[in-house]
Amino acid sequence: MGFLDVLLGRTKPVQPKLDDLFALPSAAITLQASSGFTPTGSGSVCFRSVEGKTFSDIESDVRDLLNMDAGKPGGGLPVEVTRDSYGYTWLVSSHLSDELDALVTDLHAVNSALVDNGFGPQLLCTLVAFRDERERRLALVYLYKRGTFYPFAPLSGQERDNALEIQIKNALADDLKIEQDLTRWFPVWGAPGM
Amino acid sequence: MATRTRYAPDRGLTARMTVTMFLLGLVFVGFVAALIGILAATKQSAGLIVFVAIVFGGGAAVISLFYSDKIALAAAGAHEVTPQQAPELHGIVDRLCALADMDKPRVAIAPTRMPNAFATGRNSKNSVLCVTQGMLNVGLTREELEGVLAHELSHVAHKDVQVMTVAGLLGITAGLLVRFAFYSELFGGGRRGGNNGNAALLIPLIMLVSIVVYAISFVLIRMLSRYRELAADRSGALLTGQPSALASALTKVSDSMSRIPNEDLRKAAPMSAFYFAPAMKLHGGGGDKLANLFSTHPSLDKRIEQLAKIQAQLNNSTPGAKGLR
Repeated sequence: MGFLDVLLGRTKPVQPKLDDLFALPSAAITLQASSGFTPTGSGSVCFRSVEGKTFSDIESDVRDLLNMDAGKPGGGLPVEVTRDSYGYTWLVSSHLSDELDALVTDLHAVNSALVDNGFGPQLLCTLVAFRDERERRLALVYLYKRGTFYPFAPLSGQERDNALEIQIKNALADDLKIEQDLTRWFPVWGAPGM
Repeated sequence: MATRTRYAPDRGLTARMTVTMFLLGLVFVGFVAALIGILAATKQSAGLIVFVAIVFGGGAAVISLFYSDKIALAAAGAHEVTPQQAPELHGIVDRLCALADMDKPRVAIAPTRMPNAFATGRNSKNSVLCVTQGMLNVGLTREELEGVLAHELSHVAHKDVQVMTVAGLLGITAGLLVRFAFYSELFGGGRRGGNNGNAALLIPLIMLVSIVVYAISFVLIRMLSRYRELAADRSGALLTGQPSALASALTKVSDSMSRIPNEDLRKAAPMSAFYFAPAMKLHGGGGDKLANLFSTHPSLDKRIEQLAKIQAQLNNSTPGAKGLR
């Protein structure tokens, strides 16, 4: 925010950064080689709904768009829409575990639909889920406003495996823009698509 | 970068705020000029009083700015809470900060029964967001609470504590001058008045100018405070995309506030400028012009009217193409 914005008490809603999301498929290969985590094939986009019909129309358009290819080879399952207890909407897209490119394309379609309709600032995060052989859960969370990723490894209850998160952070340092400010690694407990 | 956006700035509000701040600056310049003029005309060295008042005033402002978070927390009897102690509150703040791309403030809860919230701190790294227990108990839905928190986070983003401290500097200095001049009149007036006719006039003159400046700056600062509340409402509603949730939170909080006994209100009065809703009400209805002039917060009607406008703007089916810087 500029000096004048502060003086006049106005905030410009922050536009999302979208491009860095496409680094994900190649980072997934590194992740598998270094720590044994493989994509589950599901991922989700989280955004803050705006009240009113305009936004809900866009929301259902996006859903229809993503469902057009559902069931076809490489098209994945129909998207699931959930509303979490904080009032945020999650669109969950499920593909086969080796179709990460298709998943990222799906997620990107949601982003561009919102941005094209002027609702870019409503995007919160994107999450792509991973598992290892011991069935440990891991998500890479993409923060739209920062254009950065951070790992989120929930344990049972409201605990996170910080050691694993740091390990993943170091493993991916060359492949992804990792969020350096650890205070921004906020937990997304029970996020759909994990 | 030209992007389509629905978040057009409110030019009217910006213009009104600019005029208010310009007038405050004008009063400040006029004040200094008048003091220099008086001192030069009377060939007097009452400069010491003026100097001391400015040093004291400036010092008080710097200290209050630097310790604003600690002072406010202590005054409200609030304590900081960890994510484990207040997962819901932290969860909402986490998400809002990620949406707005800002540093997360510390989160505190005050054990007051009056439903209210405030945010303070000298910069975004050192700010603290506090809600009262009453706010958590007043029966807000999670989305309404989110609206309240987004309003407070907007105060942090707009650096309202800094702006209001600088604006308040004028009032503090003028207030101190009145007091100093009054005391020196009481204790030192007799000695000096004997040999110089000008000196007898000097102190009352400084006092008069200071009182006038104090009165004008008081009204202007209150006006600025009201505009900044509207600006925070606006930014908060745009951040969550739910102006109606904020409007209903405002209604609920104002409703229950008028039912709380006076004891609490008096304690909360000094912090009023940074609160979500005014802790002191000067009037019952919304039509009292004079009471509105001295109020730190805009009337409920005005705030809800603005939120209705934002709702219409967000729901507009054709977003305007606007350049963002």
